[in-house]
Amino acid sequence: MLLQALDSGWADPARLHHEGRTARLLLDNARAVLAEAVGVRPDELYLTTSGTAAIHTGLAALTAARRRIGTTVVHSAVEHSAVLHAAAAAGTTTEVGVDSSGRVDLDAFATAVQADGVALATLQSANHEVGTRQPIARASEICATAGVPLLVDAAASVGHEDVPAGWSALTASAHKWGGPAGVGLLAVRKGTRLASAWPVDEREDGLSPGYPNLPAALAAAAALQARLREAAELDKQHRAWIAELRQRLAADIEDVEVVGDPDDRLPHILTFSCLYVDGEALVTALDAEGFSVSSGSACTASTLRPSHVLAAMGVLTHGNVRVSLARTSTYDEVDRFATVLPGLVRRIRAEVGM
Amino acid sequence: MTTLDCRGMLCPLPVIRLAQAFPDLAVGDTITVLADDPAAATDIPAWCRMRSQELVSAADNQYVVRKLA
Repeated sequence: MLLQALDSGWADPARLHHEGRTARLLLDNARAVLAEAVGVRPDELYLTTSGTAAIHTGLAALTAARRRIGTTVVHSAVEHSAVLHAAAAAGTTTEVGVDSSGRVDLDAFATAVQADGVALATLQSANHEVGTRQPIARASEICATAGVPLLVDAAASVGHEDVPAGWSALTASAHKWGGPAGVGLLAVRKGTRLASAWPVDEREDGLSPGYPNLPAALAAAAALQARLREAAELDKQHRAWIAELRQRLAADIEDVEVVGDPDDRLPHILTFSCLYVDGEALVTALDAEGFSVSSGSACTASTLRPSHVLAAMGVLTHGNVRVSLARTSTYDEVDRFATVLPGLVRRIRAEVGM
Repeated sequence: MTTLDCRGMLCPLPVIRLAQAFPDLAVGDTITVLADDPAAATDIPAWCRMRSQELVSAADNQYVVRKLA
């Protein structure tokens, strides 16, 4: 797909010659596919150079458009760091706490959104580290009533499950659904005011300057179509496997804290923390067993700070592991993970006398 | 009252030291943990919750824990 796109979509879609018109047609097709997948019209979808770029640009443009009202950005404590940094750069921030499952405190969110001087509220569709879904439908109603636009970071959800409607803007990232790196989505509902922070550029209404990466956009659209075709089946499979993992880890490992909402969550993510276990040692031990997992423990971060998500939830941050199932994951792998993990945890604990 | 100086240690070490000191405490005793690893601010309270012990105070890199059982 990518190679085919390189052959037929190399030209500038803004030009009127034959190759340019072909490129334009391909870009329009990719945009139509991507727009439909996130539930907007093609003219409401901007293609950016990454999911992070979509967040940075979108958050800044939405906030700047309401500068006469204020510069406060309301966000949950468990947003992706791209959102936290963009919010801090755009103005003053109001952080809203979460419960121990990682779900935003809606009453506090409503109070924060209704305050004077709020330019924008932003809430993720689901948490990228622990999988807990956020109450987007109710947050949308709160924002609509207050007349405050809502930006939803849907990077963790798009390709896996639908995001409830009602938001003003939504962002996503192609590599999260198996598409290429370098493609982000910024969907903005008509009627939402934007003031791009970039210098004037004719591309993407000035929200994503520069020559478009058409082959990557086509590949992103094809990957999302393919992903959505199998999403229902994968959802069923992954939910069952994660539920089994949850149950087996809690039963077979002493002092393990499985975190995140057990039901109202993304289908493919499981996060847990093992008491007295060094996260880096556990990630390394699992790697040696052929499992590539992430960790929110401080020792695995360049900053030596624990995951702000786990800290906001008040759950154990050391000995933390995040398992993400891929479309190619098999039950045998899930079963082997649950079988080898207790021994690895025991070994690491024994090394520190626990 | 016992004090554990875990300054300079990274998690999970302060929590391990706390757990290892616990058997020597009588029910009702308190122990003070000095820990400057940022992860301790989450992990010591989380340990108290998981172990059903009481976190008496947590401020300025100093955590006071009471043994309840």
